[in-house]
Amino acid sequence: MIETIGLTKKYGSFYALQDLNLIVEDSTVFGFVGANGAGKSTTFSILATLLQPTAGDAFINGMSVTKNPQDVRRQIGYMPDFFGVYDQLKTDEYLDFYGASYGIKPKERAVLIPKLLELVNLEHKRYDYVDLLSRGMKQRLCLARALIHDPKILILDEPASGLDPRARVEMRDILRELKTMGKTILISSHILPELAEMCDSIGVIDNGKLIAQGSVHDIQAQLQSEKVLRVKVVGDTRSVIPFFEMDPFVSQIEEQQDKNIIQFFYRGTEEDQLRLLQQAIAQKLPILSFSEEETDLEDVFMAITKGVEIG
Amino acid sequence: MKTLVTNPVLIKELKLRFRNMKSFTGILFYLIAMSVFVFGFIFLATSLTGNGFFRPDESFMLFSIMTYIQLGLILFITPALTAGTISSEREKQTLNILLTTSQTSFQIIFGKMTSSIAFLLLMIVSGLPIYSLVFLYGGVSPSQLFFIFLFYLLTLLAIASIGVMLSTLIRKTIVAIIATYGAMIFITGVTAFFLLISVQISQMGTAAPSMSPIAHFWATINPPAVMLTLLQPPMEEQLQSLTLVPIPLWIGYTIFYLILSAACILLAVKRLRVNMNKYK
Repeated sequence: MIETIGLTKKYGSFYALQDLNLIVEDSTVFGFVGANGAGKSTTFSILATLLQPTAGDAFINGMSVTKNPQDVRRQIGYMPDFFGVYDQLKTDEYLDFYGASYGIKPKERAVLIPKLLELVNLEHKRYDYVDLLSRGMKQRLCLARALIHDPKILILDEPASGLDPRARVEMRDILRELKTMGKTILISSHILPELAEMCDSIGVIDNGKLIAQGSVHDIQAQLQSEKVLRVKVVGDTRSVIPFFEMDPFVSQIEEQQDKNIIQFFYRGTEEDQLRLLQQAIAQKLPILSFSEEETDLEDVFMAITKGVEIG
Repeated sequence: MKTLVTNPVLIKELKLRFRNMKSFTGILFYLIAMSVFVFGFIFLATSLTGNGFFRPDESFMLFSIMTYIQLGLILFITPALTAGTISSEREKQTLNILLTTSQTSFQIIFGKMTSSIAFLLLMIVSGLPIYSLVFLYGGVSPSQLFFIFLFYLLTLLAIASIGVMLSTLIRKTIVAIIATYGAMIFITGVTAFFLLISVQISQMGTAAPSMSPIAHFWATINPPAVMLTLLQPPMEEQLQSLTLVPIPLWIGYTIFYLILSAACILLAVKRLRVNMNKYK
């Protein structure tokens, strides 16, 4: 289990992370979402024992990252957002080096390395030099490295960043497999759809503050108070805009004149929405369709990071 | 001890170093240069005298020159080999991953430093067959050679410690290398300059030399000066007659550089995880 209590990191007067309280249960996947510079990597660096927090503490399986960093390191597999590899070291030697660094015996390493390479689909690159591997392969190799000591917890900082769509899919498949193996995974991304399907819960961080936390479904539900309505009209869209502008729950009307569509944010309840539609029909407005837009995680993120504090 | 020998960083560094063509060509050119110098010196000495005879005093002179050349090699190469050990890992973005493994900061620093020292030792030892040519002509005792090598080892350790420490403290490799060379210039050139000034000051206004522990200190930490007393023991007496401090230079040298090495290694270990402020 991962737990942070009042975790804060301050550089001068700037808060990179402010009072972060987070719990990630065992064998779950927690997605950490935020824009660049929001505080994701700072959090991960603290959890990986690379950075001392200014205040608060974090616990990995009950062990403090500030008081027992050496014990914590054995519990976690960490993959940073940016990392390098050693020149002139072959793939199996790369894993062997890190295996030795975790105190794994040579005989055990000899058995482990082929298995890990198979897990990340790199068995055919076993004797290739690591600096000659593609970006996607290096990312997968780094993931294999993070698994070499069989950690219970994986801390993956944007593991799919900079990858082409195919490599992203491959990385996602591997992560799914790790999830089935019962690993606790804390994963960050600034690309939300990437996380939605594999995470049990997500946390949204903005300007160093955790502004929303819960299951993907819950966070989407929290946003239902501001849904997007889409209206298709017959003829000129300008004939219906004054009607919708008068409604107190409508805001930010946008027109797509070439498609005869308008869409707007709506804050009212379902009853209010029904009343609006009934009034439009009563006034015989040329409305062809009246529908609610599906909000995906991307919309949630955009709405949340606009400054609305939820949950 | 077994843990230290099987240090993963040490093994990896040695593997990478000897997989690199530069290491082999470096040793090759060093040996070629040394051979050309030694055989050229013997050839010139025998040709100029015209009798084809190489005297023991000439042999000792050859030994002394070679010893200073090797000291120069240590002073010149060690900073380049050690000052990038940690900073280059930082620049290549491999350090953070290394720091999240179970290895302690000491194991990482030890592995990095030992691999550099091992390469330099190999370089020096590979020159031993050429060095031993002087034994053919006499003039040098094996014990003298043994002490010279101990002196090399200590000097290597000290410079490597300074290099690794600066590499840990300074983020950029190029700056760390310049700073380490600066330290080399200080311990070889600036200390010699201070020694001369201290001796002059101690002799000012007095007919007989007065006691000057400061001058003795500068001589003690100056590698070429200590090397001179090891090669020419009478020089030790001359120096003592100037400073009036009856302690052999090599004793002070050993104590000073052992303490300096330990301090540099400790600081490097402490500052490796600078963002954690701990050396666990």
